[in-house]
Amino acid sequence: MKRPISLTLLLLTLLTPPALRAQEVDSLLDALTTPATEYASATFKATRIINGHSIEQMKARQLDFRIHHRFGELGDGAYNLWGLDQGTVFLGLEYGVTDWLMLGVGHSSYQKAYNGFTKFRLWRQSEGEENMPVAVSAYTGIDLQTVHWAQPTRENYFSSRLSYIFQLLIARKFSEELSLQISPSVVHRNLVATALDENDLPAIGFGGRYKLTSRISFNAEYFLVITPGREGAEKPINALSVGFDIETGGHVFQIMLTNSLPMTERGFIGETTGQWSDGGIHLGFNISRVFTL
Amino acid sequence: MKTAIYLTLLLFIVAAPMHGQDKYLCKNGHIWFYSETPLETIEAHNNEAASVLTPATGELVFQLLIKSFKFERALMEEHFNENYMESAKFPKSDFKGKLVNLTEIDFSKNGVYQAVVEGKLTIHNKTNTVRQKGTVEVKGNTILVKAKFDVVPGDYDIEIPSAVRDKIAKTVAVNVDMAYQPYKK
Repeated sequence: MKRPISLTLLLLTLLTPPALRAQEVDSLLDALTTPATEYASATFKATRIINGHSIEQMKARQLDFRIHHRFGELGDGAYNLWGLDQGTVFLGLEYGVTDWLMLGVGHSSYQKAYNGFTKFRLWRQSEGEENMPVAVSAYTGIDLQTVHWAQPTRENYFSSRLSYIFQLLIARKFSEELSLQISPSVVHRNLVATALDENDLPAIGFGGRYKLTSRISFNAEYFLVITPGREGAEKPINALSVGFDIETGGHVFQIMLTNSLPMTERGFIGETTGQWSDGGIHLGFNISRVFTL
Repeated sequence: MKTAIYLTLLLFIVAAPMHGQDKYLCKNGHIWFYSETPLETIEAHNNEAASVLTPATGELVFQLLIKSFKFERALMEEHFNENYMESAKFPKSDFKGKLVNLTEIDFSKNGVYQAVVEGKLTIHNKTNTVRQKGTVEVKGNTILVKAKFDVVPGDYDIEIPSAVRDKIAKTVAVNVDMAYQPYKK
């Protein structure tokens, strides 16, 4: 009885495998190179889905120079070369102060408006030790129209030129191809066109992208204005846009069809006038060029 | 019986450290690459490469996470992951090989030794056999491995569109700098 036990022990000792076998080496290396938490990246190719902001922002010390351009209405027909004779431009400089804070200024020829904004990253979408199904950012903007007063004879205040925009951007990258975003928004306008118009305009933006190739994606975006509107007030038309993101090295080129001529939140949420059904569609593009400072 | 148990225990004690020193581990190896053209210099560093070296057999295994390569320009990093390496589909890259001139390296003696490594390098889910020269330095308990080699993106099915062809070098210089410590479980 004594012998077999010690023999077994001895055998066990001799048979103990070397500290690491090939599979163990693999699993050890696997464990070492697998991050505890994996964060979703590149949910969208650019900081805009089409008109509205996406969850993406410039990383630290990255400067984005943006040129947005919308032609006239397709429905204008041959006389205006289906809108190509006209152009509305937005120029923007947007900077990543840190990975979670982005600041931007811009100018749009639509109502000669200047705008400034901050975009804060609140949560990143992540999997693993830290689980967060969606990414959330907060966007706040201010918009200053400098176009000549519509009624120069009455007393006009500087504050009347201002509008404020608040948005929560909630996005999820469902797969490498599909990303969706919901953007609850409020536009506050200090001065509205008529007494019937409301100063606060709540809206919900819906946006998404589907990657067709690694460098091209199909994007769509819809802003639903949810204000009931006072009786007799002209209801804003919801902005619907579809387009493609085409990425070429340092540039992202976005080409789209949209019923909204304005390119900033105050405009495309509150002042969209085109109707898809009767040719009120604009061909347009955004160009993004990123510099590292 | 007692003596047998003691003997067995002794065997365990003697054998365990021998087995333990069998392998050397590097957890935070530095692997970086350069691509240099007149138009653009691209440089990225990965400080989280893991590797195991078995001096007795000369076996050398590396593994790294593609997303751990850090670029100076955030956009380059995004493109590297999204467009070139497709790191969501192929998150890791590895090398499995051997020191082929093992007889010329004395792991028990301090010194710098020329080494030749041969094995299978997998990048972007494509495997090629590679043979490279490097150095192995024995410094007490630490083993340092350094190597430099060229990778042709096309060999690993990494497509470079014509628009950026002038900005990315035909061959990318990859540098490996690892420091190994004895592995204890």
